[in-house]
Amino acid sequence: MRPEEGTLQSRARAIGAILELLTDQPVVICNGFPSREAYTIADRPTHFYMIGSMGVAAAIGLGVALNKPDKKVIVLDGDGNVLMGMGTLATVGAMRPKNFIHVVLDNEVYGSTGNQPTISRIVRLDQVAKAAGYINVERVREREDIVYEFKDMLAKDGPSLLLIKVNEQVEDVGRVEIEPHEMTQRFKKAIE
Amino acid sequence: MIESDDFVQALQDIGFDFFTGVPYSILGGIIAALMERRLYTPAVREDEAVAMAAGAYMAGKVPCVLMQNSGLGTSLNALISLNLLYEQPCLLLISWRGFQGKDAPEHLVMGQTMTQLLETMKIPHRVLSEATLIEDFKWTAQTFMKQRIPVALLLKKGIVKGLRP
Repeated sequence: MRPEEGTLQSRARAIGAILELLTDQPVVICNGFPSREAYTIADRPTHFYMIGSMGVAAAIGLGVALNKPDKKVIVLDGDGNVLMGMGTLATVGAMRPKNFIHVVLDNEVYGSTGNQPTISRIVRLDQVAKAAGYINVERVREREDIVYEFKDMLAKDGPSLLLIKVNEQVEDVGRVEIEPHEMTQRFKKAIE
Repeated sequence: MIESDDFVQALQDIGFDFFTGVPYSILGGIIAALMERRLYTPAVREDEAVAMAAGAYMAGKVPCVLMQNSGLGTSLNALISLNLLYEQPCLLLISWRGFQGKDAPEHLVMGQTMTQLLETMKIPHRVLSEATLIEDFKWTAQTFMKQRIPVALLLKKGIVKGLRP
C-alpha cells in the first residue's frame, strides 16, 4: 500500500475541482476513464474527449495552445498517458507556450485496464516536467491545494504543470455519447 | 528540381499555415525554408506531430506534417484513432525511403509496404512529381476539404531541393 493512499481523493473529485474553476477555456482530456468522468461531471462544447490514441493528449493541447495564444488551454492527462508520450513534455518545455496548463491526474496505475502499476511512483513526473522546462510546476493532493494552485496557474504565464496525486477509485460512468467527428466540429466552433 | 522556397510558398498559397514534423534529409530544404518563415514547430515523434496537427486544425489552422516513411509507422495509432476517427485533416508530406528496394536495409520493408499501409488505412495518397505539382496540390486541397481526413503526398529523392543539392 502506498503511504499516501489513505488520504488521497478520487480522480473524479479532482477533475470536478478543476472543472469548477473553468468556464469557456479549451480542455483536452486524455482517453480512458478521465474523459468518461469529466463528461459525466460537466460536459461543455469546449471539452475535447479522447477515446483512443493514448499518449498524445498533451500534443493535441499544444497544437491548440500554439494557435490560440489568447486562450488558456488545459490538458487533463493521466500518469500512464504522460509516460507514453513523455517526449511531449520536452516539446512543451522547448516551445514554452504561456497559455498551456497541463494537469496530470496521477494514480500510479493503468486504471482503465485493471490497475496494473505504472512507473510514476518511481519516476516523478513533476520533476521531469520541471527539467523539461515547464515554468510553474506543483505537486498536490488536497482539494484546497488543487484550487489554490490551479487558480494561480490560470492567472500566471506558463507552461504550467499541476500534478495531482489521486487514488485508484473509478466512478461508475458511461461512455462519451458524442460521435468523434461531431466532437471535432463542436470543439472547433466552441474555441473559435 | 523544385526550389524548397517555391515549394513552401506553393503550400502556403493553397492554405497551409501550420507545419510540424520530424526531419529527414530529403525534407531538409523544405524545413529550412519553413524555419526561415517562422512557420515550423519541431516535434520529437511523428505521432506527436499528427496530434499537434489535430489540435492546430481544431484551432482553425490548415496543418501539414513532414516525416520520413519510418515515421508513418510511429504515427499509425494516432492517425487511426485520432485524425481518421475524429475527421481531422492534415497533409502528410512523407519522404519515400526504400523506394524500389534501393536503400539501406532498415528502409526496405517500409519502402515496399508504405502505399499498401496507406491504402489499408484509407488515407488518400499520391506520389509528387515536378511535372504534375500543380495538379497534385489541387488534388490535395480538394481531397482535404471533401473528406476531412489526412492526405499523403509521397516525396522521392530529387523532386524538391534538399539541403545538399
